[in-house]
Formats: sequence, structure tokens, C-alpha cells
Amino acid sequence: MPIFSRRLGRWSHRHAQWLFPAPAVLLVAVIIVYPILYTVWMSLQEWFASSLTAPHFIGLANYQKITLADARFREAVGRTIYFTIVAVGAETILGLAMALLFNRQFWGRGLLRTLAILPMVATPTAIGLVFVMMYHPSLGVANYLLSVVGLSPWRWTYSSQTALYALALVDVWQWTPLIMLIALAGLASLPREPYEAAHLDGASTLRAFWHITLPLLRPALVVAVLFRAIDALKTFDIIFVMTQGGPANASETINILLFNQAFSYFNMGYASSMAVALFAVVMGASLILIKVRRSTTW
Amino acid sequence: MVKGGRYAWLSTAAFYGLAALFMLPTVFVFYWMITLSLKPQVEAMAYPPSFVRFSVSAAGYREVFTKYPFFLYTWNSLVVAAGCTVLGLVVGLPAAYSIARWRQQRLAVVILVARIIPGIAYLIPWYIFFRQLRMVDTYGALILTHLIVGLPIIIWVMISFFEDVPADLEDAALIDGCSYFSAFWRIALPLVKPGVVATAILSFVFSWNNFLFSVILAGRSTRTLPIAVYTMISYEEINWGTLAAAATLITLPVLLVALLAQRHIVSGLTFGAVKQ
Repeated sequence: MPIFSRRLGRWSHRHAQWLFPAPAVLLVAVIIVYPILYTVWMSLQEWFASSLTAPHFIGLANYQKITLADARFREAVGRTIYFTIVAVGAETILGLAMALLFNRQFWGRGLLRTLAILPMVATPTAIGLVFVMMYHPSLGVANYLLSVVGLSPWRWTYSSQTALYALALVDVWQWTPLIMLIALAGLASLPREPYEAAHLDGASTLRAFWHITLPLLRPALVVAVLFRAIDALKTFDIIFVMTQGGPANASETINILLFNQAFSYFNMGYASSMAVALFAVVMGASLILIKVRRSTTW
Repeated sequence: MVKGGRYAWLSTAAFYGLAALFMLPTVFVFYWMITLSLKPQVEAMAYPPSFVRFSVSAAGYREVFTKYPFFLYTWNSLVVAAGCTVLGLVVGLPAAYSIARWRQQRLAVVILVARIIPGIAYLIPWYIFFRQLRMVDTYGALILTHLIVGLPIIIWVMISFFEDVPADLEDAALIDGCSYFSAFWRIALPLVKPGVVATAILSFVFSWNNFLFSVILAGRSTRTLPIAVYTMISYEEINWGTLAAAATLITLPVLLVALLAQRHIVSGLTFGAVKQ
């Protein structure tokens, strides 16, 4: 027995390189790789999970339908991208401004970081719920605050004209701190010499910001925007909880449309093709951003 | 910038004024959630709303626990989040160690792609499988699907921690006849303990907050807190104080736990791309 266990020990030591990751590889294969392959395969089928008939193969017909025939899907794609640009754009500008403001030694730095963390980890469902109450057109505190500063009331998530912006505002509230923290970390690692040289040359603060800070900060900013864009394109919780895509489809993003196709109509094949399309959109956005990071000119 | 002199305090005041302005929305939403949860029904829905002066009542909290099985929901959330975290660590730590030590980039890339894929692309097949296996509304289904989010985070954050362990230390142990397993267990793991705590907290928080997977795969007996709150909204006539109390009860534990790992949150959210 001791000989056997010593042999086992030596054997496992020799094969440690694949024994260590083996459980994770197995788990990833089962919970991640296999379901994805299944979704791709399912996107080539027509199948209603509510019926008793088996899936049947229809080739690329689902893709043909979403790209050419389904106007609602096309609108959802546009809305998803628009939502992402509005939300992430606002977050980047605000986050960068805050990082520039807070990039100094001051009393309360620790408190600032703590406050910045809180919205990012708060449960989105609960936050969505609080915003639903704040956005209430007649009783909500949001319209009260607008009236205090002399603005006319909004209908927030209750009107198809403003719903998408009201939802983007929740995203901005939650995620601006992430961009701020990443930009702050980037600012802290900037070298001092270019600024001293620029100062000697009589360059203004604004010019130094534009020609030195922004280019040097770009890698950090691109990482921040990349992660935000990936998640904003996939936003689900807040929209589903607050508007469910309404009013009148005004906030129906790809995720919401496809969720309803899959779990209200059980149209699994069609929904799967939308899921693959959503992945393509997210992947495309990631690749564009990664390319922006690599290219040398601003 | 003016340094010293009588304008110094003015610039400081302007800085703190701006800082307060920027951070006000963050604080206000939480303040509003908590004060709303403490207001009696009449005041919670009063217009104009009161910001500072209101009477405190525990009615909202009482209603959450008496009208709904909130203890069960909390227990469900705890079991799933803890199960997901423990399983994720047991499987993820050796993998992260191995990726860091033997530079197994391909595995790392697969896990990174998993982070980009929309969750709903996993949910459709998982729903079909679990329905066939009659596993909808079980802890197992929830823990496995929450791992789709948790495991990649654990592995990616831990890779950078294991990379910081000095190789000499392990090599010395290996020369002394120590196996890889005991080098991992006795040398590397104790050195990355702070990282393990941080990633455990991150994975716990992500599971606790998960809505998409649970809304489909949790049933009557395994319903987690986010789903419970969502179903509460559907009852239109519900009192705002009660809703706010439920929102507070869900969010507060996460906020407190996250404060313990605050230095690692950003690194976790950006998959280790940004270290603080």
C-alpha cells in the first residue's frame, strides 16, 4: 500500500501540469463550451419548447429571418447599440472628469473610493426597484427635485420617448465610478517628465491635458470603455425589472426581445439565432475597441 | 493653481464643493432607499416627499417578513452563493495556479471569451437540459449556472495573485523533494490568502446579485432574493415602504461584504486588467 501511494504521488507529480487544471477544464467544458455549441446548433433548428414535436433542421433560415424580415429585431439592435453609446459615452466623460478632479492628495480619499464601490456591487434588481419609485411621474422624488430647480416634470420610464434615457441614467449612476477608478489608477501611473517639459515650453494646462494626459491615459480608458461596452450591450436586469422593454417596445433591447422569444413564446430556435447575433454584436464591439487600443494615433 | 495665500482655502472649498456635487447622486439613491424603508406608508407615498423630517416605522420590514417567506429567500440566496463560491474556489484555484505557473494561455483565453458571451446564450440550453433532467427549481441548477459567472472571475483574478508568488520559493521546495501538490497547498496558497478572500467575496456578490439565471431556473422552493423582489413589484398595490425595505435587505449585506474587498473589486470587475 505505501508503495502504491508513493507511485501515485510520483505519477501525479509528473502529470501535475494537466491534473491541476483538469477539474476546471471539465467544468468549463460542461457549463460553458457545450451549452454554447448547443445554442449554435439550436439556432439552425425550428423548435417550440412548448410543443411536443421534435426540433427540425432549417439551416440558416432563422438568421435570414432576423437579418431581413424581422423589423422588430432590427429596431432592437439599433436600440441596444444606441443605449450603449449613450450610457457608456456619458460614463466616460463624467468618469474622466471626476478622475481629473480627484487625482490629488486630499482628506477623504478613502471615503471617496468606498462610495464609488457601492453602486457597482449593489444588487441591480433592488436598484432598479428604487429607481422605479423615484421615477414615478406624480409621486416620485425625481420629478420633485426637477420642480425644485424650476424644470418641468419628466415621464422617465413611463413614456416611450424618455424610457431608454431614463434606463441609461441608471446605468450611468451605477457604472460611472468604475470608469473613474480605472482612470484614477491610470492617472496615478503617468510619468512626470512630459509635464515638466511642457510647463517649461509654456504649454497651457488644457494643451497639456489634450496632448499628454489623454494619449497616455488611452490604454486605461480603452480597457474601461471595453468592459463597460461589453456589459452595457448585455444589460438585462435593470431593463427587465423597470420597463420589461416597454412602454410600446421603446426600451426593447436584443436581450429583452430574445428573452421573451425564448421564455414567453418558447421559440427556442429563433431565440438562439438572436443570442448568436447578440454575441456577434458584443464581439464586434470588443474587437473594434481592442483595435483602437493598438493603433498608435489618437 | 494658487498655492498658499488667502485664495488657498477658496480653492479647497471649491474642490470639496465639486466633490460633494459629483458624489451626491451616489449617496442620495442609497439614502432615499433607506429612508423610504423606514417611513410609514402615508409618508412613503406623500408628495412633496420629506427628506429629513419623517416619522420612523418598522412596518415595512415587518410586512416583508410576515407577508412573504423572506427568510426562505434569504436562505436560498445564501446557499446558492456559498455553494457557487466554494465549488468555484475548489476548482478554480488549482487552475489559476497552473495557468500562472505553466503559462497555459489557451485555457485563459477560453475563460476570457466566456466573460464576453451574453448570459442568455447559456440560459437557453441550460433551461432545456434542466427541464429534461427535472432539475429546474433545484439548488444544483442555480449553483452550476451561477458558476458560469463566478468561475471565470475567480480564475482570472487569482492568476495575477499566483503570478506574484516568487518562483524561487517554490523551486526550493521542489528541490527538497516536495511535490507540486504540497508546493501549491503549503507554499503558494498561504501566500495568496488575501486574494482568495477577495475573490471569494466577489464570486459571492455576483451570485447573490444574479437575476437572469435565477428568474428562469429558480422555482417556488429555491427562489432567491432578487427574484423575490421582482415578483413583489408585480403586485401593483404594494406599499413603497415595503418595497424599499426589501431592496434595503437585499443590498445592505452585499454592500457590507464588498467593503471588505474594496481594493480588489475593480480588478475583479475588469478581469484583472486593472490593478489598484
